[in-house]
Amino acid sequence: MDNRQKEINNLKDYKYGFSTDIENIQAPKGLNEDVIKFISNIKKEPTWMLEFRLKAFERFKVLKEPDWQKPKFPKIDYQDLYYYSAPKSMKDKPKSLDELDPKLLETYKKLGIPLQEQARLNGIAVDAVFDSVSVATTFKDELTKQGIIFCPISEAIQNHPELVKKYLGSVIPTSDHFFATLNSAVFTDGSFVYIPKGVRCPMELSTYFRINASNTGQFERTLIIADKGSYVSYLEGCTAPMRDENQLHAANVELIALDDAEIKYSTVQNWYPGDKDGKGGIYNFVTKRGLCKGKNSKISWTQVETGSAITWKYPSCILKGDNSVGEFYSIAITNNHQKADTGTKMIHLGKNTKSKIISKGISAGSSDMTYRGLVDISSKAKNSTNYTQCDSLLMGNKCGAHTVPYIKNKNSESNIAHEATTSKISEEQLHYCQQRGLNPEEAVGLIVNGFCKEVLQQLPMEFAVEAQKLVGISLEGSVG
Amino acid sequence: MKEQLQKDFNNSIKNLSLSQKDIEIKKFCLDNFLDKGFPSRKEEDWRFSDLNQIIKNNIGELSFYNDQASTNKVDTSVFVDGLEHNKIVFINGRIEKIDFDYEKKDQIEIIDQSETINEFKNSNSLSDLNNAFTKKCFKILVKKGYQLVKPLIIYHTTNSKIWSKNINLRLNFELDKDSSLRLIDLFNDTSEKNFLNIFYNFELKENAVLKNYKVDKLENKNIKYSFNNIDQDKNSISETFILSSGSNFSKNEINCNLNGIYASAFVNGVFSLNNDKHHEIRSIINHLTENTKSFQLIKSVLDESSKAVYQGKIFVNSDAQKTDGYQLSKAILLNKESEFNAKPELEIYADDVKCSHGSASGSLNEDSIFYLMSRGLSYQQSRELLINGFLLDVVEKITDSEIKNLIKNMIGIKE
Repeated sequence: MDNRQKEINNLKDYKYGFSTDIENIQAPKGLNEDVIKFISNIKKEPTWMLEFRLKAFERFKVLKEPDWQKPKFPKIDYQDLYYYSAPKSMKDKPKSLDELDPKLLETYKKLGIPLQEQARLNGIAVDAVFDSVSVATTFKDELTKQGIIFCPISEAIQNHPELVKKYLGSVIPTSDHFFATLNSAVFTDGSFVYIPKGVRCPMELSTYFRINASNTGQFERTLIIADKGSYVSYLEGCTAPMRDENQLHAANVELIALDDAEIKYSTVQNWYPGDKDGKGGIYNFVTKRGLCKGKNSKISWTQVETGSAITWKYPSCILKGDNSVGEFYSIAITNNHQKADTGTKMIHLGKNTKSKIISKGISAGSSDMTYRGLVDISSKAKNSTNYTQCDSLLMGNKCGAHTVPYIKNKNSESNIAHEATTSKISEEQLHYCQQRGLNPEEAVGLIVNGFCKEVLQQLPMEFAVEAQKLVGISLEGSVG
Repeated sequence: MKEQLQKDFNNSIKNLSLSQKDIEIKKFCLDNFLDKGFPSRKEEDWRFSDLNQIIKNNIGELSFYNDQASTNKVDTSVFVDGLEHNKIVFINGRIEKIDFDYEKKDQIEIIDQSETINEFKNSNSLSDLNNAFTKKCFKILVKKGYQLVKPLIIYHTTNSKIWSKNINLRLNFELDKDSSLRLIDLFNDTSEKNFLNIFYNFELKENAVLKNYKVDKLENKNIKYSFNNIDQDKNSISETFILSSGSNFSKNEINCNLNGIYASAFVNGVFSLNNDKHHEIRSIINHLTENTKSFQLIKSVLDESSKAVYQGKIFVNSDAQKTDGYQLSKAILLNKESEFNAKPELEIYADDVKCSHGSASGSLNEDSIFYLMSRGLSYQQSRELLINGFLLDVVEKITDSEIKNLIKNMIGIKE
């Protein structure tokens, strides 16, 4: 058996489906002001932070859960969730990696996220978030030398309150939609990145999220600020144990790019998708929004969505600064009973702004996939352009692929072009590959990878390899 | 509005000789409408055109009671010259004339269907309003194998003698096996600010061919809503062309169900707007069985602070393998204030299909203008030539040459 086959067999089942036995501290079940105070208290937050949370909670109380999305799901009982769960050993934070709970380290090793030696070899700075808290951040010293701040957001609240206070909630305010507001009220941890003026971050920054405890919602919050003329590339990966019940993941990600800055945000999302009959899996309801605040700034989203029972997210760009650029590259693959409703929003406010959307959707099995996007060129956004391409591939006649773009053009000097196609893998292509000795599954893998190439190219090298494999694996069993 | 509706409804019931059951059905529809009201932007299908608001801002309070006891004088000057045709004349919502002079009388049947209530899929509260207030409803049946010799023109006329602020019309058509009908809807409105609510239902049997051309060209202050439901059997063809230009507000909805194999639907539309006009076309093509085809082409030219909306949806059922669906919308924005919104939607549950859509909007191509000007045309001439060519593309899609020429003349497009 060749290596590839072995690899596939290895990965055939959701290999991240294990859970780790670690003693947890949890907040009392349910959602109320006391729980929010509990979270704020345990994180030793200043009062302004608690006020921020309570304000969001006030707003949350009047909001209703949205129901316009395509994938429907049973009602979530928000009182039946734990909003805070942390490994007990984290109560007094370890000073260095050596003090980490060995079990935690082992978990991350299993996930293939080397927190120690290998990290140094790979040259990626990693921040690992386990359930609700950030457990380890590597490469801190090297980054600090350049003035880069890369730390858990809970630490940033303590150590850099002026930055957090200024930018937190500036892109996703506490008065936003249902899930974003919920996150603002109860978020537990996440990453904070600040790149100072003119600094080009020397390495990829990466966060690995893991939901371990059952019945826990994961609400992390990421805030990335790229100051004038800086550059950062940020990666995010996610896994969760296999559990029969659905788990909620409602994160908020805010990006702010000032003059001439560039942020590249890549996600490989591989939350537990549920079993073959659609039992269990993560509800991935994430709000991601980037603000190109300054002139000539750029924000680029790249996502590979293969996991989660339901994915429901629209990473967006608000192109406020003149000449700013927004990009969105996405591959979304659904198999078995997975459902995805994803896409992007490009809101053009500044002059000469450009945006590009490339979305590739693949649905197989009994899954359902929707691209939903908004391109809005306001009357002031002179000379702006948008190009959108969304292609869908269907495998089998039990799945669905839908495209719902909203296109608004209020400016006569701007151009919008939108294209979408839906098709299946052609018999000729399959025949051609098989004739040359590939088995049907390999042939499909090859063709699908070609279909996704435009997006895969956008990923940083290390991720691209992983993503390419993931694409193949997610479609296992969908042919023949 | 509620009291007015109730009062006008009672008035209109009084004058009709309806059975108790029919009255109850109409009451039921009225209650439905009272409950829902006019569609507003909270409804997904109306998010770009808030009818409730538009009526409020433009007309204010509506009145619904339309006394149809007295006849209106038919103004023959509006009739189309140079094209022999059959006529149906609506004046202020009342049918004044039905005339199939050029056809064999026994091949066309006109059935009074005033009692039946149309239930449309993918419809809204306006169908309830329509059902509650329509009085005369005819079904035009084209019998098996008969193909109309001349086109049928339906004249929609409103004038200053109009009774109410709201007119509801309903017509049903059935095209039996192997039959064909060419239908032109022509709007001649001289009244001030009314709300027209028009429902057509077409039933196409095997091999039937329907060509429907809607021409709203004359400047008027009306708010217009028109809903076409088309059910298509095996091998039937429907062609819809919409020229959307004259009214203050207009929304055309086409709901087409391709029920039989090899059925095909074509929807072509032109928006040519200026002033503060706000027009919309919304099409839903339901591919319900295999080997069906649809094609849609919508082009808009928008000047001043006009606004055009196109919402097109291609739905492919899981049984509808080998579907071919295509949709393209293009818009030229001539003015800073003009606006184009599109929502081209695909909802697909079958894998062996070929579906695509495209949408583009922007300004006139400066390079093309430069090219033409360098060859001696003035700026204005180059602009007109480019717009002419842009729209000609859609008009050329009209398969009936006689009517194509008529429409070309009407909108002043040159070849």
